[in-house]
Amino acid sequence: MAKRTFSIGGVHPADSKISRGCKLEYLPIPPTVYIALSQHIGAPAKPVVTVGDKVKVGQVLAEPGGFMSAYIHSSVSGTVKSIGPRKDLSGNNQMVVEIAVEGDEWMENIDRGDTLVTDIPDDPKAIIEKIKLGGVVGLGGATFPTHVKLSPPPGKVCEMLIINGCECEPYLTSDFRTLLEKGEQVVIGTAIIKKALGVAKATIAIEDNKLEAIEHIQKVVNEFKSKGPEYSGIEVLSLMKKYPEGGEKQLIDAVMHRQVKSGGLPIDVGAVVDNVCTALAVYEAVQKNKPLIDNSVTVTGECFPKQANLIVRVGTPLNYVIDYLGGVPEAAAKVISGGPMMGKSIANLEAATMKGTGGLLFLTREQTKRMPESNCIRCGKCAEACPMGLEPFLLNRLAKAGDTDALEANAVQDCIMCGCCLYSCPAGIPLLDIISQARGQVMGIMRARTAAAKAAAEAAKAAAEAAKPKSE
Amino acid sequence: MDKILVSPNPHIHSATTTKVLMRDVVIALLPAVIVSVVFYGWKELLVLAVSVLSCLAIEYLITRYCMKKASTIGDWSAAVTGVLLALNLPPTTPWWVVFLGALVAIGVAKMTFGGLGQNIFNPALVGRVFLLISFPTYMTHWEIPQGLFGVDAISGATPLGAIKEGLMQGASVPDLMASHGYTYSQMLFANIGGSAGEACAIAILVGFIYLVARKVIKPWITLSILGTVAAVSCIFWLANPAQFTDPLFNLLTGGLLLGSCFMATDYVTSPMSIKGGIIFGIGIGFITLMIRYFGSYPEGVSFAILIMNSTVPLLNNWFHQKKYGRA
Ligand code: SF4
Ligand code: SF4
Repeated sequence: MAKRTFSIGGVHPADSKISRGCKLEYLPIPPTVYIALSQHIGAPAKPVVTVGDKVKVGQVLAEPGGFMSAYIHSSVSGTVKSIGPRKDLSGNNQMVVEIAVEGDEWMENIDRGDTLVTDIPDDPKAIIEKIKLGGVVGLGGATFPTHVKLSPPPGKVCEMLIINGCECEPYLTSDFRTLLEKGEQVVIGTAIIKKALGVAKATIAIEDNKLEAIEHIQKVVNEFKSKGPEYSGIEVLSLMKKYPEGGEKQLIDAVMHRQVKSGGLPIDVGAVVDNVCTALAVYEAVQKNKPLIDNSVTVTGECFPKQANLIVRVGTPLNYVIDYLGGVPEAAAKVISGGPMMGKSIANLEAATMKGTGGLLFLTREQTKRMPESNCIRCGKCAEACPMGLEPFLLNRLAKAGDTDALEANAVQDCIMCGCCLYSCPAGIPLLDIISQARGQVMGIMRARTAAAKAAAEAAKAAAEAAKPKSE
Repeated sequence: MDKILVSPNPHIHSATTTKVLMRDVVIALLPAVIVSVVFYGWKELLVLAVSVLSCLAIEYLITRYCMKKASTIGDWSAAVTGVLLALNLPPTTPWWVVFLGALVAIGVAKMTFGGLGQNIFNPALVGRVFLLISFPTYMTHWEIPQGLFGVDAISGATPLGAIKEGLMQGASVPDLMASHGYTYSQMLFANIGGSAGEACAIAILVGFIYLVARKVIKPWITLSILGTVAAVSCIFWLANPAQFTDPLFNLLTGGLLLGSCFMATDYVTSPMSIKGGIIFGIGIGFITLMIRYFGSYPEGVSFAILIMNSTVPLLNNWFHQKKYGRA
């Protein structure tokens, strides 16, 4: 059987999953946590606690600040010390709730036992409500509020739920460990999401560099078949390892052979994609009443003395995580939140983890060195690598010329910032640096145009209304 | 850790650089180089040395003293041009002619456009065609290789040249092939008249396979040239075997392999997209045969590639790769 993968572009960086053997381990609770009010795409949450309040683990700290927003819970028990701005990992101010930790007292309704709960609630609405109350957001990187994703707009039908277990970024292994060690919970979580969406089919997609995980999940899926109708129709799919397979659009192409139109959403082609850790969080929120208060983080890098896959309470200072494992190594030049292809380099190690923090990667100067830039040799390697089928060399040229019309015509707005182009360019041209700037510019222009068109339409309507003879 | 580095993604880079790619091309040319030196001896070695050293020196001087920037010879592209130019010349070419070829290739065809990546035409071919036009006597009469350490080399025309001449005198192709004693195994393994790099088809194919296996080049351009030459010459040959040479003969002679494997696939002067590359290849194959059958030069690969080089900007404009989610 030919190996399945996405059809356009992609690159094969070295796997470097040196932490794959490290079992998930609970990081001790830090003395103070800083829980950000904006840990998801959309409006920041509105705090419902005040300074001096005593809180328990799992207690609501903040409520959704709009339709596209999420609950934020306390990840520790203790006293709220302050609510105010604090620097995030890029050094920008963010509103956070600071809590001084006292003991580890959980809300009474949370089931902390290990027993698996396989019976799934009947009512999809109730499931989605519980997911919303649990503050669950997408843990694959985008932190899209999960309850919003599971409520497709009217008229859109989900045909396939895809659970993303690709973990295509080099180095990262927390999804892998979760699949191996919490596979049962992931499968139950998958069944719950399936039920919430009312969809018959679900695919758990895993890249073929994680054979143990594929075998384990397959076994669990087979065992659970007898546990109820929700557990049928779940399939495990092995995909050929290729970056960025875990990109939503690429994964939909690989699994369903469908492509999301430019500017469209996965649901337009009948797909909903959730990460394996999101499925785990859904399980915990729905079956155990445990909101999203901790998540798994891979801490790794060749220059880092100790590799680990840690379960970390949300809001733990990065320093604390790093010091627990022996501190920042001398040789490290860059610390990255996430993987080496799409991760963000950290400017401020005092920042705290968030729901979406998936990895801390240490790279040496040598490993992360950028080559001196030379002439484009027109080799086409960037275009070959681009998973969106764009022509980065051309976008680069157009961006330098400032030709925003041509940039838009050549689909710069479709760029998913995967970094494949810059990774592959033999001439060391900083393609993505330039493209991402141009992309921001073009998207701004497009937004302004839509807004202007809308305003014009409204004005025309108002004028028509005014011109109409009044009948009263 | 003194200061924490902050920069945008991606944070790692593939190990493939321009230098690695160009060095791979030189490595891929080594079989042809070795075979040509074995067959043509020290004369060929001299041509190679003069060509490569001149290309390097000229590029170095131009970058340092005319363009006033860092030298670019470290990227190996000047070395590639040097080897290719040498393999495109007869081993008997005097050293000063070789030097002039290098001067035109690097000085005119490459550096005046701004260096690697900016030129429209393949530098080695421009050098060669310049010599072909300026010094036809040196360029069209070739030494016929005489075994491994052959002493008494005989000067003569290339197979294509000989047949072209014969045809003009009214002879038929099969008679000419027989009277000159051309056989296909000779052409495949060595020992036919021609420029140094044409001495052995197998050596060139080995290099080509290396380049494809190392993912330096895609095979489409080469295959479409060879396919077109085979198909079109097959039609002519079937129509009139007395007047037109057969497909295999056309594939194995006249530098077609060297040109299609190493010069038509030059990144800078070939189209970016696969579709564009195939059309580019078809164009080269067709023009080559038209020149061979009806033109006044016996071969035609060089001219065909240069002509198609000039269509590359258009082909790049017309053919784009398929974008995700945009039918
Ligand atoms: S970063 Fe953008 S342009 Fe570059 S390869 Fe990825 S999608 Fe293509
Ligand atoms: S990969 Fe770099 S050198 Fe090659 S075409 Fe793209 S921009 Fe030019």
